Amino acid sequence: MARIEKREREAPERREPVWEYATAPESSDIVRLEDRYGLFIGGEFVEPKSGKYFPTINPATEEPLSEVAEAGPEDVDLAVKAAREAQEQHWRGLPGAERAKYIFRIARALQERAREFAVLESMDGGKPIKESRDVDLPLAAAHFFYYAGWADKLEYAFPNRRPRPLGVAGQVIPWNFPMLMAAWKIAPALATGNTIVLKPAETTPLTALLLAQVVQDAELPPGVVNIVTGAGETGSLLVTHPDVNKVAFTGSTEVGKVIRRALAGTGKRLTLELGGKAANIVFDDAPLDQAVEGVINGIFFNQGHVCCAGSRLLVQEPVFEPLLDKLKDRLQTLRVGDPLDKNTDVGAINSRQQLQKIEELVASGVQEGAEMYQAECNLPERGFWFRPTLFTNVSQSHRIAREEIFGPVLSILTFRTPAEAVEKANNTPYGLSAGIWTDKGSRILWMAARMEAGVVWANTFNRFDPSSPFGGYKESGFGREGGLHGLEPYLDFDGGGE
Amino acid sequence: MSEQRMPVRRTAKLFIGGEFPRSESGRSYEVHAHDGRLLAWAARASRKDLRDAVRAARAAQADWGGRTASNRGQILYRVAELMEGRRGQFEQELTDAGAVDPVRGVSAAIDRWVWYAGWADKVHQVLGATNPVAGPYFNFTIPEPTGVVGIVAPEDQALLGLVSRLAPAIVSGNAAVVLASENAPLPAVTLTEVIATSDVPGGVINMLTGFTRELVPWLAGHMDVNAIDITGVPEDMRADVEVQSAENVKRVVRADGADIFSPAAQSPYLVTALMEFKTVWHPMGA
Repeated sequence: MARIEKREREAPERREPVWEYATAPESSDIVRLEDRYGLFIGGEFVEPKSGKYFPTINPATEEPLSEVAEAGPEDVDLAVKAAREAQEQHWRGLPGAERAKYIFRIARALQERAREFAVLESMDGGKPIKESRDVDLPLAAAHFFYYAGWADKLEYAFPNRRPRPLGVAGQVIPWNFPMLMAAWKIAPALATGNTIVLKPAETTPLTALLLAQVVQDAELPPGVVNIVTGAGETGSLLVTHPDVNKVAFTGSTEVGKVIRRALAGTGKRLTLELGGKAANIVFDDAPLDQAVEGVINGIFFNQGHVCCAGSRLLVQEPVFEPLLDKLKDRLQTLRVGDPLDKNTDVGAINSRQQLQKIEELVASGVQEGAEMYQAECNLPERGFWFRPTLFTNVSQSHRIAREEIFGPVLSILTFRTPAEAVEKANNTPYGLSAGIWTDKGSRILWMAARMEAGVVWANTFNRFDPSSPFGGYKESGFGREGGLHGLEPYLDFDGGGE
Repeated sequence: MSEQRMPVRRTAKLFIGGEFPRSESGRSYEVHAHDGRLLAWAARASRKDLRDAVRAARAAQADWGGRTASNRGQILYRVAELMEGRRGQFEQELTDAGAVDPVRGVSAAIDRWVWYAGWADKVHQVLGATNPVAGPYFNFTIPEPTGVVGIVAPEDQALLGLVSRLAPAIVSGNAAVVLASENAPLPAVTLTEVIATSDVPGGVINMLTGFTRELVPWLAGHMDVNAIDITGVPEDMRADVEVQSAENVKRVVRADGADIFSPAAQSPYLVTALMEFKTVWHPMGA
């Protein structure tokens, strides 16, 4: 511990980088926002029957960007009706090869308009432009492109099972990756012949509404994709609507359980992508500099608003001190601020509500006796911000080691043996992801087999790809998105199994 | 007149952790043949028995799931072998339960073990994947056992129905807690005696006899059960089971509909329905 204090005293010398960055803001001129958006139902933007609208703000400035409609019961009903009609009259009977071409069109349009989408994503959600530009949008487009190709090949994915669409899918997505989650939901559902009612998150509806324009431009039959904006109440109306056959939800474990209960006895098919509290495990033979980058990326990517974030760092004792020193140094170099600045590493917290949740959990960490270390950066005066934060002296019983913080906060624990690492990593009701850092191949495979997690990153972290299945063990949910396995939740089959 | 020998009757007991206890509650219930004859007093399992069974299953699962797939396949095949040797007893029990064609029922149950035994080291190849991600990574997806599975066996087809749900659950490395057919539990009890001598490690299969309606809520609400097969859950209880399953995000599966004797009643997808798909990434580079 003496060592740590010494480093902290040294820290001020490091605070001023040798080369200060000039700001490099991405222009927002490319985005043309309307004052108010209706609901996208039956291929058109329509006024909500509810008559209600709510503002959506830029979390980096707290300035309102636009107003979006709040879908009520009548609106959700109209959207489901439009989806049903489109499914029965157009989409279901369309040959897979033709269905594919509509989805390819969407993929291409997203590539063509990627910059506009990326800027809007950063404005509405607070994520750094370099992430929305280099990760969210390329992956979203790739997801549509990947699943488009499946539309006429389903018989090869599921031989002897006669795959058939389920009907109307009701899909509810979170605010952390608005476009990417829309793509993860919409692309496989369309490829399998289902039609859709999608509800984007309350705080990040704008890119989904821009996607609605893309759907129009791609000339999809009206009603194949419907987008209804609103908060939790709208989502609840959608998933409990009696004419929805399939529900796909990405969000918190708490809400996932509510949906599971609400759907009991309805026979609706369900997939849940829920929370996580992933262990990122660093062994003493790991390449430390690479591991540092992986740990930093694992927890500070997208402000830590990532369900598979590596929020618990497990470090083997011999490398605890050198790794901690390197992490603290690296923390100081993270640039926190304007999401539209191309140099920004950590953007704005998505909402005031989320900021309060992070603050509350961090306070509990301090109160329960963990030791906090924060980056010494200047935060903008307006907007929602949180300093990249590390906790040491964390015990497994601390709330910051058990609960999903969903913010830029890393809890660091130590271990001695691989068996202890396995025990600690799996000591959580969550099971979404895990990270392993070691140079020893046999240990990677031994550890990977023992992680109760749907995705294991070895000597890397937070990698995503449309061909790679993603989803949780235990209370992180069930069903997979991505890859061949991501088709199954949207299909009905001959023979058993779901 | 020679003196007639009195047959030795069997006590029908529970099967937990490889042992044959009576219910800790001391309770039992009458089992009757289809014609009303009293066949046995079977153990009537309690909530405590169920919890003991889950604990035994959890304790056994890591070893069972950690064995080679080939080894699990051979052990399932051995269950079939030993069933064949006791088929007379199974046939008699199915006859007592009112089966139309007990010979066919026993044969189909044995064949089902053999069919699933063969899947032990093939399901990963057929349903796993290597994924061509757009980057310098090797990426593969493998199915793994989900953990502890609760199985509510169908009330009718006391043997084939049970085997059709149990074999796909354990072949992948899950451990099971099974509620046997309430009115015809004896084939299940005999099956446990086969299992106990088939190299299936103690605790991998745990069999409870008793009242389905009493035990189902405890199974559905148990926080250390990862998945529940509700094929044998009465229709009016299923929604409640799904509600209870939400608490630890239990996987809920069922196999309704297909004629139990038909090929449609067996599928590798019934194996993966009780598995989790894990995807592993690793960088590639010289």
